Parts: sequence; structure tokens; C-alpha cells
Amino acid sequence: MITVNNRDKLKWEKSMTVQKVLDEMKYNYSLITATVNGKLIPAKDYGSHILEENSDLIVFHLAHGG
Amino acid sequence: MPGSDNDMKNKNLSLFNRNVPGSTAILQESTVGIAGCGGLGSNVAVALVRAGIGSLILVDFDKVEASNLNRQHYFQNDIGKIKVEALAGHLRAINPDINISLRAVKLSHKDTPEIFRKADLLIEAFDNAESKRRLIESWCSAFPGKAIICGSGLGGIGRTNSLMMHSSGNIYFCGDEESDSSMGLCSSRVAIVAGMQVNVAIALLTGSKEK
Repeated sequence: MITVNNRDKLKWEKSMTVQKVLDEMKYNYSLITATVNGKLIPAKDYGSHILEENSDLIVFHLAHGG
Repeated sequence: MPGSDNDMKNKNLSLFNRNVPGSTAILQESTVGIAGCGGLGSNVAVALVRAGIGSLILVDFDKVEASNLNRQHYFQNDIGKIKVEALAGHLRAINPDINISLRAVKLSHKDTPEIFRKADLLIEAFDNAESKRRLIESWCSAFPGKAIICGSGLGGIGRTNSLMMHSSGNIYFCGDEESDSSMGLCSSRVAIVAGMQVNVAIALLTGSKEK
């Protein structure tokens, strides 16, 4: 099982990438940053970073303004 | 003799008489980096200096404009000045002993490790969302063991209950992660998020269990 934002659960599959989970969870915010098990995954690696079973994915939304 | 160096030092130490016991000595030895000295960064810097932080690294390439004054810690006579220089003056007016390193540059991926190498943690206070992401990636790559405290979602008015802190590993996000500057920016909401970032920073630096 993959846990997303400490809340949503998704069935784990072999070769599941961060991008696949984002697509399945319909995370279509234009700008996000994400961690897997507390470690930042650079945006360029979302399509190649393979998730292990029981991974925790956290997605942060980035909004303009500071 | 009034006005002597000793008098001034005693006066400055008494600034922190009302601090939480045990926090001042730790904060005086701490260094915080602030990337961006606009609505978030300028208010963060003021709150950190009042709390007793010893050293700050301020980075912002911009100059003060009249439209900044609705939420940023600047004044009419700062308009046209380089932000980090104007802000440093205001911070020293609170505590003349604060150690401030200023960089009036546009931060690049390459510069981040060198500019912030002495920082115990970083406050992300950029305006642009893509710049926020680039900074987070630079910081986490250069300093994986150090915290970065980001602001995201501080636009509009009201909706106080939507402002939260959300974290993973050494990354902390304050704000609603939704509203943006296209809604307009209000002093109170910007200051709340800046205050949340400082609250997390002080908790981390002093080892408080509850962030």
C-alpha cells in the first residue's frame, strides 16, 4: 500500500513511480514538490523514481506569493 | 556613565528578559538564512530578531517599492533602497548586536550552498512558486540534514482556519497551499504565515518537541 499525505491509500504495484501515483490521485496542481519516506524527490525524477511497498508520499502544493 | 559601551550592552541584553527561559542562549548562537525579503522574509526577520536570534543571512535582489508597504516591513523613506540594506537597518534598530550577512543577488542553484553554508536552517520566502521549488531542491541537495521552512498559500483575506503547518522529513510548509498572490495580498494573512514560519524555526532551534 502507498500512503499519500498521511491520508489517502493506493494499492502498490511493481514499478510504480511517483508520477504514476500523482496521476492516479489526480494531483494536477501545476506546481508541487514531493517527498518519499521523508526524502525530497526532485521534480525531474517523478517519472523514474520507483516506490517501494509501504512508501509514504507527501505532496506539497506551491502557490505564488511571498 | 550613561551612553557608555557597558550601558549599551546591558540595555541590549535586557531586550530578552521576557523570553521563554532557556531559549535566548540557544537562539543567540543560531544562524538563520532567509531567501527573499518581501512580505514573508521581512516579517520573518523582524520576528527572529525580537526573539533573540544571533545571526541572519538575508538574500534578496530587489528594491523597495511603494506597493510593498501594504505588507512588508519597510517605510516610506525606504522606497528605492535595496531591500536587504533597508531591512538590516530596521533589524539593527531593534538589536544593534545582531550579526547580519547581506547578499543583494538573485539566488541561483549554484550559489545556494555557498551563501547559506553557515545557516542552521533556511526560511524560504520567495514570491514565485517555481523559484520556491528550485530553492527547496537546491537546499535539500546541499544540506539534506538541515530544515527548510517554506511559505505557500497566503493570498486573499480571512480563512484563518485554512492556514496550517504540514511537514515531511526536514521540509516544513506553512500556509494554506492553495491561495495565491493573484487574489491580492493582505498584511494580516502574510504576517500570520511569516509568524508560523518563525514559530517552527524557533521550535526546531530550541529543540521543542511540538513544532
